[in-house]
Amino acid sequence: MSQLAYLAPSSPEQAVIALSAAGARPLAGGTDLLVQLRAGRTKPDIIVDLKRVAGAIGVREEAGGFVVGAATSGAVLGEHARLSRIWPGVVEGAKLIGSTQVQGRASLGGNLCNASPAADGVPALIAARATCMIVGPNGQREAPVESIVTGPGQTSLGPGEFLLAFRLPPRPAFASDAYLRLTPRTEMDIAVAGAGVNLALDADGVVTQAHVAIGAVAPTALLVADAGAALVGSRLNEASLAAMEAAVRAACRPISDKRGTEEYRTRIAGVLARRAARIAYQRAGATL
Amino acid sequence: MSKTHVSATVNGDPVEFLAAPGMTLLDALREELNLTGSKEGCGSGDCGACSVILDGRLVCSCLVLAAEVEGRRVETIEGLAHGSELHPLQQKFLEHAALQCGVCTPGLLVAAKALLDSNPDPTESETRYWLAGNLCRCTGYDKVIRAVMDAAAELRQVRAA
Repeated sequence: MSQLAYLAPSSPEQAVIALSAAGARPLAGGTDLLVQLRAGRTKPDIIVDLKRVAGAIGVREEAGGFVVGAATSGAVLGEHARLSRIWPGVVEGAKLIGSTQVQGRASLGGNLCNASPAADGVPALIAARATCMIVGPNGQREAPVESIVTGPGQTSLGPGEFLLAFRLPPRPAFASDAYLRLTPRTEMDIAVAGAGVNLALDADGVVTQAHVAIGAVAPTALLVADAGAALVGSRLNEASLAAMEAAVRAACRPISDKRGTEEYRTRIAGVLARRAARIAYQRAGATL
Repeated sequence: MSKTHVSATVNGDPVEFLAAPGMTLLDALREELNLTGSKEGCGSGDCGACSVILDGRLVCSCLVLAAEVEGRRVETIEGLAHGSELHPLQQKFLEHAALQCGVCTPGLLVAAKALLDSNPDPTESETRYWLAGNLCRCTGYDKVIRAVMDAAAELRQVRAA
């Protein structure tokens, strides 16, 4: 640790320069990075604190959607009334990360880029069709959330690139989302499986758009296109839910570990997706 | 690599210290500022014994780099009492015997203060969830919860008076 430098750039450009140096690692809320530092699992030469970079913290409405700073803490997201009303699933995913203390620091950007297969913040973001605003040496680019994590602990971010913010798309009239996960305890545990579902309905309550994403059941969180497609055109009748559940289970490629066996995780992922779909449907139709 | 000079506000007082590379806020409080009330239990953000309030947010000081608090406001357990006059939370912890060995107590008190700062009338369920990040291996939590609920009631009376 004796070689460890700390930088807190205030502009995205300065952050890119700092992160382009060999051995540089970005810091958001630090709830993963500081644990890894202490355990010696990461040995960076430079820590680049992104929390003072303009645009990395805060929630703003833009072009009918939301822009959420990647380093915004879960506590701030949970207190944002409009974001919580319009994207309840995204916010409940963020709020499931850790204790009150961890909520004061942990962010969706950090949760995504830490690249745990079980990250609770990620499936609902994917189901929301959120995109990442990434800044790097060649300027800014935008990429879908599901394209960022390539495997456990691995991301597609290039040298010097960092995640500045998420963009959540505009919402049609009758639309909502939900995220559910299973843990053996009620609080502060790592998901055995998780499912995020995002639905849009027409004025008759028929599903017009559906996106289903699952976590902790594969090396990365997955968008399951077949599962979403199974719900479109339905009012979540049993046949469509069963087809959705079957598509979710077919997509699962979990490991067996102390939290659950492959068989258990696969079965639970389907159950969670079904329940999350029902919650999202109820929320979306609440104003019909 | 040289140390980082840090200026911050701790319990209302301006402080300056030198942060060694990788030093946590917890280590800076304990070793540079001699504020040893905040305890290190796990060092990984699981136990809450090092809880402090950073710019109004409850955090684990073991998960904050000391260099990060430049220009920030930190509240620790040492700021809770007014001189020899205990904060109502501290008084209620004594009355309800909400502590035994005491290692978790500073963190629980700071966490409870953060709860009552934002929610003066929490339900028992809200209080239990809020304090779920503060582990205590002695009390079984019931006495802690009773003390916090009682302190909340007293603080509401004081505010209403």
